Amino acid sequence: MKRGPVARIILAIFFIGLIAVPVIVSRISAKKKADAGQFNEKEALARYGFYFTEVSKQAGIHFIHEAPELDPKLAAIMPEVASMGASVSIVDYNQDGWPDIYVTNSREGSMNALYRNNHDGTFTDVAPELGIADVNKPGTGVSMGAVWGDYDNDGYPDLFLIKWGKPMLFHNDHGHGFTDVSGKAGLPKWMNASTALWFDYDRDGRLDLFVGGYYNENIDLWHLKTTKIMPDSFEYADNGGRKYLFHNLGDGRFQEVSAQVGIKSRRWALASGAADLTDNGYPDLFVANDYGVSELYINDGGHFHEAGEQTGVGFAPKSGMNVAFGDIFNQGKYSIYVSNISEPGILIQGNNMWVPQDGSSSGKSLHYENLARDLGVELGGWSFGAQFGDFNNDGNLDLFLTNGYISLDRDRSYWYDFAKVAGGNSTIIGDARNWPAFDGRSLSGYQQKRVWLNDGAGKFEDVARAVGVTDTHDGRAVAVADLWNNGALDVVVANQNGPLLIYKNHVDPAEKWIEFKLQGTKSNRDAIGAELTLYWNGQEQIQEVEGGCGFAAQNELRLHFGLGKHPHIEKAVIHWPSGTLQTLNSLTPDRLYHIKEPE
Amino acid sequence: MSDPAIAIPAQPRVKPPDWKSWLTLNNRYVPPVFITLILLAGQLSYGILESYERTLLAIGTALVTELILGRIFLGKWLNLASAYISGISVGILLRSPAFWPYAVAAALAIMSKYVIRYKGRHFFNPSNFAICTVLFLLPSSVAMLSIQWGNNMSSLIVIWVLGSIIIWRVNRFNITLTYVASFLFLAVIRAHVIHEPVLSEISPLTGPEYQLFIFFMITDPKTTVGSKKGQCLVAFLVALLEMFFRLDQSVYAELYALFWIGPIALLIEMWINARRTRSGLASAPTLATSSGMAHP
Repeated sequence: MKRGPVARIILAIFFIGLIAVPVIVSRISAKKKADAGQFNEKEALARYGFYFTEVSKQAGIHFIHEAPELDPKLAAIMPEVASMGASVSIVDYNQDGWPDIYVTNSREGSMNALYRNNHDGTFTDVAPELGIADVNKPGTGVSMGAVWGDYDNDGYPDLFLIKWGKPMLFHNDHGHGFTDVSGKAGLPKWMNASTALWFDYDRDGRLDLFVGGYYNENIDLWHLKTTKIMPDSFEYADNGGRKYLFHNLGDGRFQEVSAQVGIKSRRWALASGAADLTDNGYPDLFVANDYGVSELYINDGGHFHEAGEQTGVGFAPKSGMNVAFGDIFNQGKYSIYVSNISEPGILIQGNNMWVPQDGSSSGKSLHYENLARDLGVELGGWSFGAQFGDFNNDGNLDLFLTNGYISLDRDRSYWYDFAKVAGGNSTIIGDARNWPAFDGRSLSGYQQKRVWLNDGAGKFEDVARAVGVTDTHDGRAVAVADLWNNGALDVVVANQNGPLLIYKNHVDPAEKWIEFKLQGTKSNRDAIGAELTLYWNGQEQIQEVEGGCGFAAQNELRLHFGLGKHPHIEKAVIHWPSGTLQTLNSLTPDRLYHIKEPE
Repeated sequence: MSDPAIAIPAQPRVKPPDWKSWLTLNNRYVPPVFITLILLAGQLSYGILESYERTLLAIGTALVTELILGRIFLGKWLNLASAYISGISVGILLRSPAFWPYAVAAALAIMSKYVIRYKGRHFFNPSNFAICTVLFLLPSSVAMLSIQWGNNMSSLIVIWVLGSIIIWRVNRFNITLTYVASFLFLAVIRAHVIHEPVLSEISPLTGPEYQLFIFFMITDPKTTVGSKKGQCLVAFLVALLEMFFRLDQSVYAELYALFWIGPIALLIEMWINARRTRSGLASAPTLATSSGMAHP
């Protein structure tokens, strides 16, 4: 060393500072966050313009989800392999104008529930009397989710039940009961699916059905012939379940056409969403896969090509568990939110907010950039379902995320064993026998949920605890709906092995809103796939009617827009799936509009 | 994983053929080239990196820090092969959505060589020191490469074969072999102790993190002892301490084991050499101190 002790001392101080400063900053930031998380209704209303209260018990809902109990050969790692099944979908099954709630259960013999909205803040489970409760009978598999769509355009939404087992399609008999039409529809006898959605991929006016497999469909998880059922890679697995696209033939039958239209994949699908991302009038299909990259199937007019890598969303493999579309910048373009896993010090995948790059609105130039970190919505623990919604009606779409994987013993973690095996060779990780026993340990359990408030200037702030979202259950599905028909978006959360939670929203009445219920005529009657762009105060926001999105969830079909204070609404433009364009003028805030597609 | 695992003889006796010179002992650029090829192959085939920008930031920070500190403390511009490996190691192994941990870790790696010294020698493996430090102190911001390379056999075989050839050519294969054999032996013992499948205990060895660890980090000539027997003993002790960390369910057990064993082994070696020198029984210079690498 040529320099003397002074230079070395200066270097040593700088060296220590380099270690100490990030630690100090990180701790101060954590403390600030903790201090800011105290819930006070008045303060929340004044500061954020809204707050939630969890009202499931007052609403008469006491639903507790029960996880699957699979083949005893999997007993050692049962919490992991049976970690899904809690789902929620919002449906107005009896067309009374009030959103109802359907939730799934997942233990053999357990009952699903359909909570009818009693219009007074309470709900009544009517699933048993309507014939859609006892759907997890031994030998038929168990429920993983449900999506509702009026496949026969009779005015009443029908139910497709996503299962690890026998998939089921129920025809809605005008709100008075349901008939199992799975056989007539021509559905497969068995699949191990975790996601599905209704969409009219060929724009023929009839809803088609996409279903994404998770475990291979040849596996009966209750009667295993082998324990080699696990993914062959934790980032590049392609030994999962197949994909299905059921084309609606219009007479109650469906034809499976996935291979014909270009959807061939055996990745482990967990979530899916459909929206017209290329502005060609046809809905594109986004699939978030566990153990691998996401897939984006561009719809070229009834035929798809996979463009995940080309568009940037399908290169870095993660653990995709959610697909939600939201126009977060009020620019008339959808961003896509995909949830993944983040565990401090062990695995920081980070969630993805795929934002379309400027000038890439359509066709081959479509390209996305992940701005989750810049926006502040990247780290959400072991994230599952998430939905966009303007919770404070300020005119900007916010984001509700649920999370938490397995909450058992608070003091003992399975992460060490998980990391030990997950990085290994496929021959090791692919066989359940090689996985260490869970032994009552937690894996990213007891996690705090996120309510990210969009400030409209490119930043989201997590205000979950400050607005009353304090539960730490193992969240799976999130759905948003105006359950009280009062212009506020409420949130329903389905928890694995936990209670169904209803977060009732209380919004500052000075913040205005507007809602639309669309009805197709030439298009499918539910208007699934219809896009409405609202123009007000010099800005625009696009939303679409979705036939399933998030994780194991479906929002209500009505579209809700927050408008902020003193809005001046210029117009609303509806792009119907049939191609019809409709412009609405003279709209006033704080109203629900029923819009029928022009004949 | 900072210094090219090579030792350079002062006077090569016979000039090898041109094609062979790329793999001979006096080519300090073989390991940097090899690790770069691993990075590019992994990124192009599997997208292993958090992003090119983050890795380049780590490399750039390491190079600049080395240049500045070398100029200040040694009065010359240093060869950057060592700093390059430190930077690229941080860039590959560290996982963080943020940019700053890559810069901080790369800077810490290089600075540790100039700050943490004893009798003119640094004794922490630079990238091991930096990665352990940020993992321990900033777990909410960083993690480590764990599940890349596709979990498939072909990637594993290619890296093991190429890595073994390189390490053998640079006279460090004994370290890798001893560590791997020790790990396998102790994995069987661990499995019996904790009643878990043997394959689950062996599993980490088949992952990418270990491939980089056994070929680049544990074989670093500047922070390993000189004698072959000593190297083998240290490699075994790293595996042994790692076993205890694993029994305590430490996710980065091998890194923490090297963090402790490596410096202690070097200090003991320095103490033994000093005693020998004092008693007139000094043995030949150690491989590390005769490597000729441009280090402070």
